[in-house]
Amino acid sequence: MRSLDDIETRIEHLGGAKDAAAAVSELVQLGEEVLEHWLAAHNAAPSDETREGFRLLALHRQGAKGVPSFNACRETCRELVYHYNLITGDPTHEETSQRLRLAALVANHLYLFVRGKLEVAELGEFCCSSRPIRAKPDEPQDMQPVEQQGG
Amino acid sequence: MNDMTLNRVAYYPGCALEGSGHAYDRSTRAVAKELGLDLVEVENWNCCGAMEVKNVDPKLQTYLSSRVMAIASEDMGFDKVMAPCNGCYHNLKKAEYDLTHDAENVAVTECLSRKAGHPTYKAGNIETIHALDWIKDAIGEDGIRQRIKKSLSGLKIANYYGCMYTRPRHIFPEKDQGPGSESTSQPHFMDDILEAAGADIVEYPLKTACCGGAHTLSDSDTSTKLVVNLLRAAEASGATVIATECPTCHSGLEMHQIRAETNFDIKTDVKILYFTQLLGLALGLKPRKLGIHENISDSHDLLKEAGLI
Repeated sequence: MRSLDDIETRIEHLGGAKDAAAAVSELVQLGEEVLEHWLAAHNAAPSDETREGFRLLALHRQGAKGVPSFNACRETCRELVYHYNLITGDPTHEETSQRLRLAALVANHLYLFVRGKLEVAELGEFCCSSRPIRAKPDEPQDMQPVEQQGG
Repeated sequence: MNDMTLNRVAYYPGCALEGSGHAYDRSTRAVAKELGLDLVEVENWNCCGAMEVKNVDPKLQTYLSSRVMAIASEDMGFDKVMAPCNGCYHNLKKAEYDLTHDAENVAVTECLSRKAGHPTYKAGNIETIHALDWIKDAIGEDGIRQRIKKSLSGLKIANYYGCMYTRPRHIFPEKDQGPGSESTSQPHFMDDILEAAGADIVEYPLKTACCGGAHTLSDSDTSTKLVVNLLRAAEASGATVIATECPTCHSGLEMHQIRAETNFDIKTDVKILYFTQLLGLALGLKPRKLGIHENISDSHDLLKEAGLI
């Protein structure tokens, strides 16, 4: 697992890479590493499972257990997967370089949000989970590997 | 089919629309008048509890939001209250949810309402809607197309919804109900409305991503970095304008765009306008009536080039 600083640098570099399919695969992997940092900071072993075919989505689900405000980056993870599918599904498409650029910005947003939340845990509490800052957690945090399930 | 019951609704502007979001209030009222919709301001309204009160006592926030709804329904006879501010909308929706599902919250609200001497909120008597719901359901895309005087066709717009319009999902039971309803994962009402007004809507992958809004003072650098990424993504999507529907998002995007340039030497050119300002321009309203001169983001040249002013 790379350091968060290294991840940031690498994301910036990949936005203009020549091999878009390889680059977007690495962006998804970097997204996984960002989420691994989040889980490691909460003493949880990152899941190796997948959700809808992506470990990234399983890791997000694991990271959001007991932390509703972590859903603030749920759609960001899904957008990264969407751009991965767009690029790898048709790597020669005329918009591939544009799609890669956007995928890098989406990955960067995931990085920025998670890093911000690692520094200030309350990021997203007010708004996305509608919780008072000083509220006690509803449930003990449970970040065990996710089970495959719908919803 | 347009919902005629929405031609006259209770209007809850909230505190932000009297201050930093004044242009949103101004443009919302101007658009309503032009569309022939009647906004009746909630009498003697109070703060929804916003952010600060929630930290002191969440039940007090629920009560404050309930008071607005109780006056609108029990005193004024409305069954819909329209709140354009995402924060107000979110808090009133949360109060609706809490007062339907939490007996302790109901008891506190009833007690405080009695002491304060106003009617108590009654679940089911009134529904909170957002300005997007209101225009989409009262006028609809076809109605907008029929009323357009200046097409927004010269503008490429990224629609930014922010977080409080869709999260947490459980307080918005009317969303994600299939065709015609709003989506919490891919909201589209603003896209639909502005597209009907002729705009070229770009695919914007961060339309509900975090802007760090609540941390804009306590952790400014994180907020600036998140906003810069939102602005860059909009530009990378081809947008020349970001449309907003929340005064907190709007102010955050405007202020951090400047802060990014002054503190981090990162310049972005995308302009930031309320969706009601854009719709108002398309309806032929003058920029001053829409408060465009009140925006920090200076869109004058862009709007002039697009033939909108």
